[in-house]
This record gives sequence, C-alpha cells and structure tokens, in this order.
Amino acid sequence: MSDINLKKVGAAAEKRALPAAVWPLVALAVILIIDVIISPSFFSIRVVEGRLYGSLVDILYRGTPPALIAMGMAIVIGSRGIDLSVGSVVAMSGAVMAALIHGDLSPVIIVFGTLGMGLICGLWNGTLVAVLGIQPIIATLILMVSGRGIALMINGGRIPTFRSEFFEFVSTGSIWVIPTRLFLVAFVLLVLWLLLRKTAFGLFVESVGSNTQAARLSGIGTRVVTLSAYGIVGMCAALAGMVITGDTRSSDAVYAGVDSELDAILAVVLGGGSLNGGRIYLGTTLIGVLIIQALTTSILMSGLPPEYNKLVKAIVILVVLLLQAPKFRTAVTALFRTGKGKAKS
Amino acid sequence: MNKSHLLGAVTFGLGLLAAAGSASALTLGFSQVGSEGDWRPAFSADMKAEAKKRGIDLKFSDAQGKEENQLKAVRSFIAQGVDAIIIAPVVTTGWDAVLKEAKEAKIPVFLADRDVESDKDLYVTRISADFNLEGRLAGAWLAAAAKGKCNVVELQGTVGSAPAIERKKGFEAVIKEFPDIKIVKSQSGDFTTAGGKEVTESFIKATDGFKDVCAVYAHNDNMQLGAIQAMKEAGLKPGKDYLMVSVDGVPDMFKAIKAGDANASVELRSDIGKDIYNVVEAYLKGKHDFPKWVKIASDLHTADDVDAVMAKRGIK
Amino acid sequence: MNQANEPRISMRGITKVFPGVRALEDVSFTLAPGEIHALMGENGAGKSTLVKVLTGVYQPDAGTIELDGQPVEFASPVEAQAAGINTVYQEVNLVPTLSVAENLMIQRQASFRGLINWRRTRELARKALQRLNLDIDVGRSLGSYSLAIQQMVAIARALDRETKVLVLDEPTASLDAKEVEALFTVLRDIKKQGIAIVFITHFLDQVYAISDRVTVLRNGRFVGTGPIAEVPRMKLVTMMLGRQVSGQTSDHPPVDSIKTDGAPLFEAKDVGRSRYLNPIDFTLRTGEVVGLAGLLGSGRTETSKLVFGAVKADSGQIRLDGKPVTLRSPAHAIRCGLGFCPEDRKHEGLILDLTVRENIILALQSKRGWLHRVGEAEQNRLASEMIAALGIATPDAEKRVGQLSGGNQQKVILARWLVSEPRMLILDEPTRGIDIGAHAEIVALIRKLCREGLALLVASSELEEIVAFSHRVLVMRDRSKVKEIVGDDITQSAIVEAIANS
Repeated sequence: MSDINLKKVGAAAEKRALPAAVWPLVALAVILIIDVIISPSFFSIRVVEGRLYGSLVDILYRGTPPALIAMGMAIVIGSRGIDLSVGSVVAMSGAVMAALIHGDLSPVIIVFGTLGMGLICGLWNGTLVAVLGIQPIIATLILMVSGRGIALMINGGRIPTFRSEFFEFVSTGSIWVIPTRLFLVAFVLLVLWLLLRKTAFGLFVESVGSNTQAARLSGIGTRVVTLSAYGIVGMCAALAGMVITGDTRSSDAVYAGVDSELDAILAVVLGGGSLNGGRIYLGTTLIGVLIIQALTTSILMSGLPPEYNKLVKAIVILVVLLLQAPKFRTAVTALFRTGKGKAKS
Repeated sequence: MNKSHLLGAVTFGLGLLAAAGSASALTLGFSQVGSEGDWRPAFSADMKAEAKKRGIDLKFSDAQGKEENQLKAVRSFIAQGVDAIIIAPVVTTGWDAVLKEAKEAKIPVFLADRDVESDKDLYVTRISADFNLEGRLAGAWLAAAAKGKCNVVELQGTVGSAPAIERKKGFEAVIKEFPDIKIVKSQSGDFTTAGGKEVTESFIKATDGFKDVCAVYAHNDNMQLGAIQAMKEAGLKPGKDYLMVSVDGVPDMFKAIKAGDANASVELRSDIGKDIYNVVEAYLKGKHDFPKWVKIASDLHTADDVDAVMAKRGIK
Repeated sequence: MNQANEPRISMRGITKVFPGVRALEDVSFTLAPGEIHALMGENGAGKSTLVKVLTGVYQPDAGTIELDGQPVEFASPVEAQAAGINTVYQEVNLVPTLSVAENLMIQRQASFRGLINWRRTRELARKALQRLNLDIDVGRSLGSYSLAIQQMVAIARALDRETKVLVLDEPTASLDAKEVEALFTVLRDIKKQGIAIVFITHFLDQVYAISDRVTVLRNGRFVGTGPIAEVPRMKLVTMMLGRQVSGQTSDHPPVDSIKTDGAPLFEAKDVGRSRYLNPIDFTLRTGEVVGLAGLLGSGRTETSKLVFGAVKADSGQIRLDGKPVTLRSPAHAIRCGLGFCPEDRKHEGLILDLTVRENIILALQSKRGWLHRVGEAEQNRLASEMIAALGIATPDAEKRVGQLSGGNQQKVILARWLVSEPRMLILDEPTRGIDIGAHAEIVALIRKLCREGLALLVASSELEEIVAFSHRVLVMRDRSKVKEIVGDDITQSAIVEAIANS
C-alpha cells in the first residue's frame, strides 16, 4: 500500500519537474485555439506573391524582430544582467543602415556597419556593467534614453526612406516560399546554440549569472564573459533593427523598436528564465516570443476596439505567468481539492 | 547689462543684430516647440521665410521641447517690448502667469498650432489647422469617390491622442450620412509605418484578403504607406482596386499618389506663416473681432493636382 | 552568579536542523539578569543560530525556552521584541540616509492627529541617547557619524523599548580600541540596570575585559559554560578549537611523501596586504601539508585568498618552483597549477543552479578556455569517476548541486579542483558544516592526496584535524603568523599555547 503511494508521489514529482516548456506551450496552444474560434481560416496557409500567406505565417513573420532580440536578452539575463537599451539600439542601427544605404555602399559593408553599431552599443553597456560596476538597469537605461537621440541625429531629424533590393530581400523577401527573415532567426538560433552548448561560453555565462564570486574563484574571466553577453545582445538588436528598417524601408528614430525591451524580457521570463541569472533557455524563450506575438496578432484580428489592446494583453500574460508559478498552481490545486472535499461531504 | 536679461540677450543676439538693420519694421517674437518630426522644422522654416518676405523682424526661439525654455523666451520677448508674441505651446497648462505679464505689458499673444488651458482673455486667438475638418474632408472625398457605397478599414492614430480622436470623429460625421458606407475594421497603428503595416496585414487575413473591402482610411500618411506595403506584399492593388485616403501630405505620400498606389491625402500644411501673419498684422492695424480659434483651411490632394503640389513643394 | 536570581533566559535541549545540516543539537543556555554573557565559537559553531532561535527568527525543532521562568514560543522577531528581547546585529540595520532621530523613532514618532511632531520626536531621541551618555545632533543623518556612534544609536534604539535581554552580535567587529572602550562603558552601565546581555565576539581580549560568564559552542553542540574567571585562555581556546588537550603527539602523517630536493614548489616571502594581512613567510613542498591554525579572524582565510590571488597582495614575493610570479587573478593562479576550496561554499564555491557534473568540470574548463570545451563524453567520465572516487552521494551527475547535503557539496568542490589536476591545493575549512562521518573521509582524502604528490595548504579551526594531517603548522593571530610548528612538535597543546599566549 505504502509502496504504491510512494510510487505515485514519485511519478507526480517527476511529472512536475520534467518539462519546463509545458506551460508556455499550453498557453500558446490555448491562444491559437481561441484564434480559430474567432477566425475559422486562421490555420489556412497558401502561397501568395511567391510567399507563404496566412495568420500563422504572420505570427512567425512579425515575431522575427522580437525573437532576435529575446535570444540575446536571454543570454544577458542568464548573466544576471538586463538590457533596457535594445529598442534604442534597433533605432540606432536602423539609422546607420539607412545612412549607409544612402551612401550607395555595397550590402556587405552596410551589414557590417549595422552590426558594428549594435556591437559598439553592446560593448558600451558591457563596459559600464562589467568594468565600472554600474547596475545593469541603470547602465543600460543611459543608452535607452540617449540612443534615440543619437538615432535622430544620424537621421538628421527626419524619417529617411530608401529602396534597397538586398535589405528588402532580407526583411520582406522569401527563399522558395519561406520568408527570408525566418531563415535569419534559424541561423541566429543555430549560431547562439553552438556558442552556448558547443563551446564553454554557455557554462561560463550561467556560472557568472548564478554566482559571480564563485565563478571568478573557479578561474572564469567574469568581466570578459559579461562584456561578451552585452555585445551579443547588441548585435541581436542590430539584426532586429535591420529587419524592422528593411520592412518599412524607412528609419524611424522615434518609434522603431519601441517597447521591444519589455517584450524581450517578458519572452525570456515566459520561457522560464530567471531575472536572478543562471540558466539560459533559448528554445522556450522563442515560445515566449510566439505567445506574445500570437496574442498581438489575435488582438488585431479580433475586432476589439484598440483602447483594450494593452489591457487584454496584460491580463493574458498575467494568467500565463501565474500558471508558471509553482506556488500559484499548488494554491489552485489545493483550492480545487477542498472544493471537491466539501462537495462530497 | 542687466543680469536677468543676459540669457535673453545671448539667445536673441542674432535677432538683435537683425533688428538694428530694420528698426522701423514690425517686431514679433515666436516661441516654437522644437524641431521634432518632418512637419515642425518645415513650419519653422516657413515662418522665417514668410517674415523675411514681409519685412517682419522675427525673433525665433526653439524651446527644444521644454516648457521652462519657452517661458524664459516669452519673458524675454516681453522685456524686449516686441509688438506681438506668437507661441506654439509645448504643454497646455501653466500659462496664466506669463500671459498676464504680457497683457500688463500690453503685448498681444497669438497661439499657433496647439491650444492652452487658460483664461481666454489672456490671448487674442489660436490659429491652427482643424483635425476634425481633416477627417471630414477625407470622408467627403471617399463618399464621392465610392459613390456612397463602401466598406472601409480604418487605421487609427495613437489611442487617446487629439488628432486620432478628431480625425475619427470628423470622418464618421460625414460617412454616417451615407447608409452604405461602413467602417468594418478599425485598429490603432500608432501613427507609424510599421504599425500601419502590421495592422493591415492582420486585417487582410481577418477579411479573407480584403473581400468586400473598398477603401483604407488612415489617420496619417505614415500608417497608410505601411498599409500600401502590406497590401502589395499580399498581392493586392492599393490605389487601383482599393481607395486609399489619409491625412498629412508627407512627400512620400505624394510620390505614392503619383505612382498610383494611393488616391488622396489631406495636407496638414506647414506653410501657414502667411495665415498667422495675416491675423497678427490685421490685429495690430485695429481689427479686434477675431474668433478664439482661427481655423486654417486644409487641402485635399489627389492624382489630379499631385504634380503641381510636388513642384511647389520641391519634391522630386 | 547570584543563586538567588532566577535565570532570565533558560534554553534547554535546543535542536535546529536545516536541510543537510544539524545547526544546533541539544544545546542549553542560561542567562542571568544583569550579566554580560559571552557566546563563543568558530564559524558554523551555532552561535548565530542559537541567537536567532532566542530572538524568534527561527523556531527550534526541539527544546524549550523560558523567560523569567515562563515557557515562551516566539513565532517572529516582533513577538520576541514585544517580550523584551532586542538584538543589535553586526551590520547595523539602520538607514544611514535618515537622521539619527528618525532612525531612533521609526514607527514611534510623536504624532499629533496623524502628523509627525518633529520637535517632540527629536526630544525623545535625545533622551534615548542620553541614557548612553551620548550627546550628538540628532538631526544629522546617521551615515555622517562613525560606525561606533551608529552602533550606539542601534543599541539606544534597542534599549528604548522595554528591554530585558539585549543581544549584541559582533558589535565590535568594525570598531577601533577607543570606540570599543566607549561601548564597554555603555554596556557596564546597562548591566547595572539589570538588563541581561548576550555578547557574541571572536576577540578573546574583549571577552575577558567585559564578560561575567562564557558559553562555548562547537559544531552545533554545547561544549561548556562557566564564570570567565574560572576559564583561562588556554582552556577557552581548547574548548573552541579542539577536544581535550592531551599534550601528546597524535599520529602524524608520514614525512616520506615530501619532495625535499630542489626549490620548494611554493615560497611566500613577506606576502601581505595592508589592513588585510600582515606580511607572512612560508614554504610548501610537493607532497607536503601545511596547516593554518588560529581563531576566527586571525588571518587564516586571508592567507588562503592572498596565496590564490583572489585578493591581490600589495607586498612581498611569491616564487613557484623557485621562479618569481605575481598572481594577478584566480584565473592566473589556476594556470600556474593552484586550486582553492573557499570556506564559504554557498557564496564563493558552488554554482547552485548548475548540475553536479557542470560544477565538477568548471575549473578544468576555465583552465582550458571557452573555445576548448571539455567534451560531453569526457565530462560524463570525469563526473562519474569523481562521484565514485570521493563517494559523492547523488543519484546521478545531472542533479542540481544545490540539492545535495553539505558534505557532498564540499566533495563536489574538491572534485572540481582534483579534475583540474593542480599541483597545489588550498583548502579553507574543508570540514566546515559537514557531519562527523564525512569529516573523517575528508581528512583521509587530504592525507591520500598528499601521498599522491599534491602540495596542500589547509586552513582549519579543528585542531585535531590540523594535527592529524599537517607536516607543518602556521599559527595565526591578529592577522600575523605568530609561530611555525614543524613535525613531531605539532600537538594540540602547542598550537593552543601559541594562540593563547603570544
């Protein structure tokens, strides 16, 4: 008897411990199911103008810039940091890209220039955090505020528009029928995964994030690791800037990537990352991005008056986060049980 | 030199130099908000150019978006004893004290563009465009172009902002006269190209490829430009199969109209210097019966006059 | 002790268990009114836990507490305070940016219809400080005063409530001699008012200067208690550090493992850092174990950290194999073949979020650099080898290290350094907070490693351990080396003597 009970308890514990990705996936599935109820053709996918077409494709497509930023953010958060400046980095790198396109340079140089802008921003943040020891929130707040001003200066106070075959291909084009930008996400995911799991970089970032002092005493160059993490998120934001700027063929210093830092942080948290540093979850972070984007797309499709956009989004996110919190789940289960008990008696 | 005037003297040093040249002419102070976006620098430039044309000595001050800069500038105008002061306010509140000072100094004050919340007796009049009128113009054009029958999708501006509210109200006021014109989808694209594009993409899906949709009305041109991109990427033909009307009249929109991707844009004119100076000069010559809001007429441009407009504005 | 006086506090059979650690086991403690009672013991002896049980921060798993003869149970510090038990912690937990008056009167400001009457509040604050003969401007911010004054303000704040027992946790740690004297004057004064004072410190001189009685804890157990006049220094040190001093040579490690030819592996000459450690000399040969003995705060940990480069030395020279080197950082020291198991496992040793495997390969990995990742297969092999060799009790290598017990965590850190194949290993308190069984295993391991040709520098507060594994002992006191004992002269009594009288 007691043996059986023990086994049951063990199985339950295992079940609870096993898939960290379960709750985000459930949330995503629920949102998609509601979408089908709202719009029966939600899952239909066709090829239009040589590109996949449909709401599901839209979610992936619109989710690209936040996905790029969130993957970088996952690494910085893993190092017990945070980067509030990613939205401004999007604007700055977009401005650099527009300026270089107007300078009639070759796409390769423009790509390097744009990524270089992101890297410089990242290293600036990293220096403030790792070398000068400024708290990450404050350190990156500096660039968050000043970055858009810099972008505005590069743009000359206007919203420059441009045409560029290469960058329109990267942002809005497609390879066979699949949008090019999805390949970009897959490529960045692959590169970051290799970096994190096939070199020791991931172990080092997680060690620094989990316990900086112990990591240092184990011989890890904690400053270099932190610096690199910020450099990576900077480049991720620059790539997102490239996609966003190429999408509208214009560099909007004031609005490009606005609020993207919040979405990225949220995606990391939805994916199970802890703001106290430690484990980096790239895969579930991407699921987090999809939840947020599916939600945004659903709200746009639903015909809800725009006044309610933010409120609905906040409520759904709150529910998902509560579902993820073990304390909340236990409380709900307990409530359910007592309810049942009462019903029986 | 009095210390309290030092700052004003530095800021307006150039203006004073100019004033020495034409001492007998009209002297006006103009406190501008700043130089954000495309529209405002163009507005500033027009004010300066028009002043030069009329031989007005314009003391121009850029408040860089800060209320305190603006208050300093206005006080320095008062100290210099200009003939009239024009203010494009940064914020709507906190004006009572400085406006009273101007009144005591018997210097008339005119508001340009935005409104202020203060005693209506403290300024002569507000001279600006009318967002509601812009919405009505767009609605009227659409009603005529669609011959009174159309399903419209609307791209709203930032939720709660004055232009978004008034352009929606004005548009709805006109189309409600036509029972067969309806707004079938309406969402906010936050006045940005990216926002307009994303919202339009979802509208296209939600209406099964814009089935039964005949027009897109956007609260500004930037969102409409995004809508045009989204529609083209979905294989639709904006400007041909769908009527496209929006507000602002930015250069890229005129280019789109010329290319046949859009049909009409209500211009938020930046060359309103002459409208403002006309009112100011008339007042100073003794005409005192102005309404509290002098509305500047807006123009709607279509493919018919787009070449002329572009030539006039120097858009290539 | 006055027999007529009933004890103010009487704690009996107190046991407190944390996951993996028995912090207190069957500890008794009595406190008389109007006495200053020193509570002594090394780190991890259980002083803080005992105080936290007394002040309601922790609830005991077994045992009883009586206050003035009445049994009490405190569910929270607030309840203990209400009963008249107040605590002043080592780090003054006041707000430095607020004024002295505000700090003193927080939540008790004189108010009139919901508004604070500042004049009256300042007056009350001044009165509270006058009890301690302290006359300062209560309107100035607390942070603008010295630590000693801040400490006094904290005490004044504690005394301003109705106080029967005052607990002072290391109040003198950051004070200079004059400030300590001023504090003691205040304490003697308070004592006269019949308040019982628990005084936690690791400074022997201060214990003898002010206490009436002393109680010693060791490894969570009660060692002894008595009037201070009846406990000479030698006995007190012995109570804290070792078992009964036998004065005999216990079984010493064989010396034949020591490589005597050529230059020593490690040589420190005048290595020190101002305000951290006075210059120290010692040598360490391959196959040799050098023990670092001394009381808490004597410079054991400081020596370990300087040698490893975790804290940079600002004087002296280090030679490795006879060649001078400057150890710039732990990473550099590791590349030179050193390894370091810190005393504070949780904060300086383990990466709690990572698995046992990842923790084990961490130092090896940082030695190789981030590009040369230790392969999956090699990681698994090293981890399972170490789990077997050190007997780490874990279901598998993928368990999070935070879920292991203290002894097993210590073995994981040891494993981390062993796989990095160091030539010299620094162990700071390797047996801290682990149970007796694991103790013996770790001592045996140290002897084995030494036989296998590793040089070891081991700091420990356990004298019998030091005697059991050391070929040479450096006795530390007041951040200096006061004596070096070699070979057969190493006995517990010799070490205690060096600590107590120098």
